[in-house]
Amino acid sequence: MYGWIWRHLPGNTWVKALISVVLVLAVVFVLFQYVFPWAEPLLPFNDVTVDEGMAAL
Amino acid sequence: MTATGTDEESDRSAPPSPPRRVRRTIASVVSVIGELLITTGLILGLFVAYSLWWTNVLADREAHQQSDQVRRHWASSGPKGPGALDTKDGIGFLHVPAMDNGEVLVKKGTSTEVLNEGVAGYYTKPVKSALPQDKKGNFTLAAHRDGHGAKFHNIDKLKDGDPVVFETKDTWFIYKVFAVLPETTKYNVDVLNKVPKESGKHQAGRYITLTTCTPVYTSTYRYIVWGELERTEKVDADRTPPKELR
Repeated sequence: MYGWIWRHLPGNTWVKALISVVLVLAVVFVLFQYVFPWAEPLLPFNDVTVDEGMAAL
Repeated sequence: MTATGTDEESDRSAPPSPPRRVRRTIASVVSVIGELLITTGLILGLFVAYSLWWTNVLADREAHQQSDQVRRHWASSGPKGPGALDTKDGIGFLHVPAMDNGEVLVKKGTSTEVLNEGVAGYYTKPVKSALPQDKKGNFTLAAHRDGHGAKFHNIDKLKDGDPVVFETKDTWFIYKVFAVLPETTKYNVDVLNKVPKESGKHQAGRYITLTTCTPVYTSTYRYIVWGELERTEKVDADRTPPKELR
């Protein structure tokens, strides 16, 4: 999978490495900005109020 | 068939026998599964960093802004301003020396959106909270134990007799902790009652209740701390804190 991506990136090794870093940062950004905020309320780690019936927000 | 044939011919001189091709397919499937598992592990690690670090960064920033706004509002509305209680921005600040976390802005409501701003919220449901100004009642608060500011992270440091101070525009309300319930179910809404019987009190009074989740990093149970109003102090011109905070 990652080998396939690496082979399909353009340029020499340095360019490929640079593009890889940019891609990784883009993935981390999408995760922190969109995916985790969406997933967090669905997971049972951070409910602090009593009466879950009401607080299933 | 022909496509794979040419592919393999370019790889090596003789076309491989069928068992070897099968073995290579299995190897590539296994390696993709392995890479997916590694990726999942990295994403879960990032989620931990997000929950325990990044949400704190965001929430603290938000809480600072809002706290500054409330303080500015108090300063600008003069000593005898009409609306001493502004429920929209936040009604005041909670100071708990034992928790060692400075001041915590208190806002209306305990929804995820409110609590994620790095503040403590007072309950509007299932049991409506009293306000400190009220003659009798229970002032009930919730805040995050971890992430999103983690304002009640050190709630377990609170012991009987510790002061819990609530600051409004013109009054310091000094409460003393008198009971702790280290573990209860999330359905135990009776802890929010006007007279929280589980704390050992049976008479109406001016109580404060702090709720958060426990154990740390999970929300299997709820941690409850009760306090009772000991005295109030007028806020002076310099906003000199009461002796508990000095």
